[in-house]
Amino acid sequence: MIPYDLLIVDDSTAIRKILQRVLHSAEIPLRNVYEAGDGLEALAVLKANKVSLVLSDINMPNMDGLQLLAQIRANQEWKSVPVIMITTEGSQVKVVEAAQLGANGYVRKPFTPEQIKNTLAGLV
Amino acid sequence: MRELIGRDTIVEMVHDVTGEVLSTMLNLDAAQDAVYGEMQHGKSDGVVSFVGLAGPQCVGTGSLQCSSDVACRLAGRFLMSEYAFVDDEVLDAFGELTNMVIGNFKTALEGHLGAIGLSIPTVVHGKNFSTRSPGNEEWTVVPFSWGDDRLYVRVCLKAKDSAEAPPLHVRKPFTTEQIRHTFSELA
Repeated sequence: MIPYDLLIVDDSTAIRKILQRVLHSAEIPLRNVYEAGDGLEALAVLKANKVSLVLSDINMPNMDGLQLLAQIRANQEWKSVPVIMITTEGSQVKVVEAAQLGANGYVRKPFTPEQIKNTLAGLV
Repeated sequence: MRELIGRDTIVEMVHDVTGEVLSTMLNLDAAQDAVYGEMQHGKSDGVVSFVGLAGPQCVGTGSLQCSSDVACRLAGRFLMSEYAFVDDEVLDAFGELTNMVIGNFKTALEGHLGAIGLSIPTVVHGKNFSTRSPGNEEWTVVPFSWGDDRLYVRVCLKAKDSAEAPPLHVRKPFTTEQIRHTFSELA
């Protein structure tokens, strides 16, 4: 399996740490792990680095995860990068909106390591 | 003020979502203690967080509160680390727990009240502080305990009732001219 260049986007440093721990324990191959605290920071990381997978929260300051997803899908260079939403937003409206914008997966917080593993396994 | 949703329903939602967050993310089996209502938080020590809720039918606030020691232990379970005092990581972890608990409460509430927006959590740490919200709505307080540790989940919801809105109003900030104009409308 080709290792991922992963971008984790969440305004909580705790969640960014927990996700990294879960991915390591799941033995998901990672080459680089980048972090961003909101959508704007994520765009800066995407511009400066080659990213092959994005895990993003929805509710964040400055630019939320759905706005970020729309920007990724509108960009010729990034539009095929898989994006998984990991969020407390469980409302059907947000799930449908994320799917329509092109999200590849949706994991609701709180999550178990198995839920993250299974969602990523679906991408391979 | 019309009742938006029964207290029993609110308590059941808070019980379910808090239990799920504590067990899934912290491997913690907490018991719910006796529920009570309060008009204002009394004097507090420790860590308290707030998240705003707003929808077409309601506005409100969700809050989590615990002692500094409990906040450190919660963060320790969350991040698999040890914290002797409340630092940025503890506050961040507490904010994320708040986001999960009140965020999932919001999702449950949407089944009754339609789409609701959620603000970013605010977390405060201090000693002997008081908090209050404008208005006279009662907070529903749902305590949880495990061993000697306690976590308090508070929810306050208020109906948006257009029938109760004053027919004339002036938005702050205002000019003298706006006040004069509004009074002329009364005449």
